[in-house]
Order: sequence, then structure tokens, then C-alpha cells
Amino acid sequence: MAEKMATRDAYGDILAQLGEENEKIVVLDADLSKSTKTVVFAKKFPHRFFNMGIAEGDMLGTAAGLAAAGKIPFASTFAVFATGRAFDQIRNSIAYPRLNVKIAATHAGLTVGEDGGSHQAVEDIAIMRAIPGMVVIVPADGVSTKALVTAAVNYQGPVYIRLGRPAVPLLYKEDEEFVIGKAKELRDGKDFTIVAAGIMVAKALEAAEILAAEGIRTRVLDMHTIKPLDEEALERAARETGGIVTVEEHSVIGGLGSAVAEFVAETHPVPVIRVGIQDVFGESGKPDELLEKYGLTVEKIVEAVKRLKNNTAAGL
Amino acid sequence: MVDQERLEFLRQKAQLVRKHIVQMVTEANSGHPGGSLSAADLLTALYFQVMRINPEKPDWPERDRFILSKGHASPVLYAVLAERGYFPVEELSTFRKINSRLQGHPDMKKLPGVEMSTGSLGQGLSVANGMALAGKLDNLDYRVYVLLGDGEIEEGQVWEAAMTSAHYKLDNLIAVVDYNGLQIDGPVSEVMNPGPLQEKWRAFGWHVFTIDGHDFKEILATLEAAREIKGKPVMIIANTIKGKGVSFMENKVEWHGTVPSKEQFEQAISDLS
Ligand SMILES: Cc1ncc(C[n+]2csc(CCOP(=O)(O)OP(=O)(O)O)c2C)c(N)n1
Ligand SMILES: [Mg+2]
Repeated sequence: MAEKMATRDAYGDILAQLGEENEKIVVLDADLSKSTKTVVFAKKFPHRFFNMGIAEGDMLGTAAGLAAAGKIPFASTFAVFATGRAFDQIRNSIAYPRLNVKIAATHAGLTVGEDGGSHQAVEDIAIMRAIPGMVVIVPADGVSTKALVTAAVNYQGPVYIRLGRPAVPLLYKEDEEFVIGKAKELRDGKDFTIVAAGIMVAKALEAAEILAAEGIRTRVLDMHTIKPLDEEALERAARETGGIVTVEEHSVIGGLGSAVAEFVAETHPVPVIRVGIQDVFGESGKPDELLEKYGLTVEKIVEAVKRLKNNTAAGL
Repeated sequence: MVDQERLEFLRQKAQLVRKHIVQMVTEANSGHPGGSLSAADLLTALYFQVMRINPEKPDWPERDRFILSKGHASPVLYAVLAERGYFPVEELSTFRKINSRLQGHPDMKKLPGVEMSTGSLGQGLSVANGMALAGKLDNLDYRVYVLLGDGEIEEGQVWEAAMTSAHYKLDNLIAVVDYNGLQIDGPVSEVMNPGPLQEKWRAFGWHVFTIDGHDFKEILATLEAAREIKGKPVMIIANTIKGKGVSFMENKVEWHGTVPSKEQFEQAISDLS
């Protein structure tokens, strides 16, 4: 069993570490610092941490002002509230003036678990991706979270980082390097490509293993940056493998699957099957039960690849 | 205190700013004259007397900042910035036109001197708080000024931000409400009464002044007094007249976003001369 870590925990740790190296980093939270893990930074740098109370719109607006005055603000809350409650502030006070604010939203997707549908963002990627100039990052594990949060600090402009609640397997070695907008090829294959993001990358790898045993060699891409997409890697995947399955802990509308389908449709059309949440809200339950119930499983990925195989064999 | 001569200079400057406003809106055949005219004296006082700024160095870290939270009043900001030397006065005629730096609502990425892009009401005070917090962190003694509309403060975010300013004791922040009594659909008292303003802001932990927003003596004296308040943010409730200076626009709700006809334009210019 691989070692596990929640991406939010990785975020909390790296943020506190980066705070040491970079004086410009300031952190804001809306009464959820213990959950988003900004509390680690808050304890270490109390004067550079601002608890904004339960007021997400004000938090993102304040972050904009801090950025306009030269700071690098990280604003954290749950993904539902960051992208829902504060959408207009993100759009008009952050993205439109292209201010250097990092929105690190935790508790994204179904794996929030027991809190239920009101707290499970299934559309946050779609919302953020639609905003001009917004970078959207969905790390798959703790290592990539740390690397990508660091990369976000060095990137000038607004970034949305989507983080999760539960502990998930570590996929990368500690010193693995990550570049915003550059996908990671975790497994090569010539038959099909599975493009995954976030916690679904680990499941995509498992699926690839099962498929390999049946003679289907799939390539697996960790598309940790959903915007800008790694178009080069995708174009190559379409050309060399002829079919793509996308996998995400997000609605199939507007997220990774949409982004990939839009891109290949215009450049190198190949069949695409989107594994994701089928235009519904989540509900209460244990994370694993929810992933099972909403079809975010290794079996469903395997099934999707086989469907792709049958479709292409039948010339569909 | 400023002398008579300076007061006269400011009054005349404000009238010139008003002429620019009417001219810009007329030429663009679009824009918001009412709330621009009501704020002309306040912005003239800030930019020509009070604020520590250098139009040559719009990015100077120690400069005072001004945020026009009621971004639809962009004409007054552009007129003042141009008169102050941030860009050529002739450029005012490009307002709201294609490829112009003078967008319908202020765009900080396009025009020097604009501190924040605004237009979606209710957001400027939060941004001002952020700038004020940064000033404290950096030990810079700049002040942050922000102008809010009296209709705008119906937005919930304003009151979230009001708590923040007081909670973090932002005494480097001075907010002004342009209390012209009107919004789009009617008087603020009828649409959604934000009052009693003094009591509300005081209850939120602010030091509150109430002034005549067209009396330069009072505006300047209050802005000076505001700097002496420690440990609290300052709110200046400026009683103003929407459409101030143009006879047929004054206190008329329909002049929020209406363009004058040719005859009305001439009347307006003669009113302001
Ligand atoms: C969030 C938002 N809602 C609605 C509008 C449309 N709008 C523009 S101006 C205005 C009325 C503003 O009234 P007030 O704040 O009193 O401004 P003033 O009288 O100073 O012009 C409205 C509703 C907007 N710009 N932003
Ligand atoms: Mg008004």
C-alpha cells in the first residue's frame, strides 16, 4: 500500500514552508483554516495571516487589494464557496484586472463525503475554466501539490488550485518536477490514452494495469493543469493512440473531459469518452461509497476504455 | 487650512471637471452623468489637494491610492486624472469608444492612475482593505481612499468589508459615501433604504463624519481631521446632489445614465460656465 496524504495537507505544509522563503506571501481564510490547512501558515506567520470571517466575497476582494499592493495572497476556503459565493469577486476584482491572487480551494468533489451535496463542488473547474486568463490546477497527490503550489507562487497572475479532503496515495517521488501546463505521462501505451486529473489519476493507473493484463496498452496522462491544457501532449495522444478516456472527480460538463473533447475535436478528432459525474449533485456518504455510487471507479475506467475499443473496432 | 485663492482654484477646477463629464457622456452617447457630477468636488479635493501622488510615477509604492468603487462614475475619475496630468486631456474624447484606454468602467490594466478595475458594485471597499493591510505590513504610510455610492452600499459585501476594516483597525483607510439619495430605480430611501448611515457605520466600528460634499472648506477640513483618527477606519458621509451643477439634472433620478441632447448639452455647459 502506497503512502497516503491529502492534497490539502500538502498545501498547508508547503505554504508554511514557502512563507519562510517569500515575504510577499500572505494568506487569507474564511473561518475554515483548520480544514483548509492554512492554519499551519497562520501559526507560523500570524501577522501575514488574515482570518476574514465567514465572508468569502470580502476575502477574495481583500486578496485583490493585497495583490494590487504587491503581495502574493493565497485565499482558501471550500471549493463550493470559493467559486460559488465569490464568483463575481474572482471575475471582476481578480481575473479582469489580472491580479496575482492564488485561490487554493479545498474539499472539492464528492470525496468531501458526509457533509453532502451542499458542500461537494462538482462544477468548480467549469466555472473557473470559463474565466479568461485563469489558470486551473488540479494536483493528483501530495508531491505534485507541493510542486504546483510552488510553481503558482512563481507564476504571475491568477491561479485556481483545486484540492481534496481525503488522504490519497502518493504517486510521485519527492523530487519530481512539475511545470504548469505540462502534463505528466505516467505510463506509455499505443492503444488508447486515459487523461486523468486529481484523485482519479491513481485510479487511472490501476485501470491501465488491469487493461494491460488483457493486452490493451493505454497511455496515462496526469493532466494536472486543466488550463492551459497541454495541447502538445493531447495532440500526440490523439494521433498516436486514436482514442481518449477522460477521468475526473467533477461534472462531465465543463471540466477536464470537456476541455479535452473541445481540443481534440478541433485539432485531431478521435473518440472521447468522459468518465465523471453525470450532471448530478452528490450526497452524504463515505468518500469511497460516493465514488462507487457515482461511477468514479477503476472498473468504470476499464469499462470506458473497452467501450472505446469496441466502438473504434466497429468503426463508430 | 487652504487660503481663499486655493479654494477658488479648486472650485473652478471642479467646474471644469464637470464640463468634461458632460462633454464625454455626450460625445460617447453613453455613460453616467448624475453620479459623476455629484462626486466632482470630492475627487477634485482628493486629487488636487489631499492625496500624495505623482502623475509622473503612477506606480510609486508610497503613493496614496483612490478606488472608485462606484465604477460607473468613471467620467469624473477620468476627467480628474486627465486634468491632473496622468494622460492628455484630449484623450477624454475617446471615452467608451473602441480601442480606448477609457473603458466604460475603469480598467487598471489600461489606464495609468486607475488603482483598481471596478464596475461590479460593492467590491471596492474589500479591495481598499487589502491595500491598507499591505501598507501596514510594509510599513508604508500611504492612505487608501475609496468612494462608494449610497445605492452601492446595499450590497452585502460592503458590510462584510466594513467589519474587516474595523477588525483590522485600518486607520490608513478613508471611505466616502456619495450620499446623493438616488440610485437607478428611484430614491435610495424607497428602493432599499441603507440608512440610518451614521449609526450603522458607527455600530460597525467606524469613526464617522458627515459633511456637505460640495463645500470645499468642509471637505478639506474633514479629510484633514480624518488623518488624525487612530485605531479605526474613517467614513465620511458626504451629502451631495446627484447631477450637481447642471440645472435640469440636479436631483433627477433619470439622469443617472441618460445622455443629454444637443440643446441640453449647451444648457449644461452654460450652467457650468
Ligand atoms: C453588482 C452590480 N449590480 C448592479 C449594477 C448596475 N448599476 C450600476 S449603477 C447602479 C446604481 C448605483 O447607485 P449609487 O450607488 O447610488 O450610485 P450613484 O447614485 O452615485 O450614481 C446600478 C444598480 C452594477 N454596476 N453592479
Ligand atoms: Mg446614489
